[in-house]
Amino acid sequence: MSIMSYNGGACIAMKGRNCIAIASDLRFGIQGQTVGMDFEKIFPMNDHLYLGLTGLASDILTVSERLEFHIKLYELRENRKISPKTFLSVLSNLLYEKRFGPYFIEPVIAGIDPKTRQPFIASCDLIGCPMEPEDFVVTGTCATQLYGMCEALWKPDMQPDELFECCSQALLNAVDRDAGSGWGAVVHIIEVGKVTTRRLKARMD
Amino acid sequence: MSERYSFSLTTFSPSGKLVQIEYALNAVTAGAPSVGIKASNGVVIAAEKKQKSILYDENSIHKVEQITENIGMIYSGMGPDYRVLLARARKIAQVYYRRYQESIPTIQLVQQVSNVMQEYTQSGGVRPFGVSLLICGFDNERPYLFQCDPSGAYFAWKATALGKNHLNGKTFLEKRYSDELELEDAVHTAILTLKVGYPDCFYVDDFNY
Repeated sequence: MSIMSYNGGACIAMKGRNCIAIASDLRFGIQGQTVGMDFEKIFPMNDHLYLGLTGLASDILTVSERLEFHIKLYELRENRKISPKTFLSVLSNLLYEKRFGPYFIEPVIAGIDPKTRQPFIASCDLIGCPMEPEDFVVTGTCATQLYGMCEALWKPDMQPDELFECCSQALLNAVDRDAGSGWGAVVHIIEVGKVTTRRLKARMD
Repeated sequence: MSERYSFSLTTFSPSGKLVQIEYALNAVTAGAPSVGIKASNGVVIAAEKKQKSILYDENSIHKVEQITENIGMIYSGMGPDYRVLLARARKIAQVYYRRYQESIPTIQLVQQVSNVMQEYTQSGGVRPFGVSLLICGFDNERPYLFQCDPSGAYFAWKATALGKNHLNGKTFLEKRYSDELELEDAVHTAILTLKVGYPDCFYVDDFNY
């Protein structure tokens, strides 16, 4: 039994044309038993910056709370919105501080840069190694399945509606091939000035 | 083993003043003149490097110092106190970079350095710093010029003079300053301001972006 698959979960973020999608499943399990079906793993840090976390549930809550704390103080002190790239550095630092006793999480960041209005996605491993690809990021117990779905479905410069379809299908079909994830899904589409949140009708098993 | 003071040496006078800070400001006013001028596309800071004797090796004196690529600092007052603050400022800047992978904005640095200076007015066994700092920086595509006082207060200036003759210097700047000043003119004006009150010639260090 791996600590990272104790609670189960999956998270995905994709880049589109001036928009991003970030989605997660809703399962909260304790090993084999599903205990909750409304455990969202995506947390808004501010209007244009969303954080997704998979792994151990208590660490998911702790890390998202700690980051929210940091970001709020940053925005008050510096009188400006944090950019997603800087947020990635904060996250990376926070995780590496615990290098020899880490948080058991794998984070995913999706955001729109407040100055340049460019979409931004990134992910880290549990000790903070950052990765900023141009297409999509996936984490969770069904990461392999998610990679497969994304490689097949993703194409560059998708409009928000198309991106929503792509992201939803990738997530739904990947979690259906994993016992640890599923039981519903939530998708956020983030554009400049607008965020659309939708819950997906999924297989509840 | 009570070698450490746990009470502050900076205490209030009946009139509500912190006399130690007043005296620190006196130390600043007795120090060598320094000048800062914000131009439309940059900032100039300059200081007088006149030594008491020709035997001093002028090249070893560094008054204008760099904190980051975009931020520089100058002072009036006690040199050794300046060195301590300079080291702290550089560390603050690097700690910020380590965490955010971004150069520290000038105002953030100024706030943190001022916090350090304030700590020394309210801690046990220490005295306030005997320097006023002029911190200049360029970020957000605009120039910044700040003064940090021994009390921990900080002010944003368009142009200012510190140290000996600062009143004459400021009066001179009030007449000569304009918002459309270009960098070259600002350098020229800075040198002239330093010369106010000094009929003779001397070398000047300056530092601008």
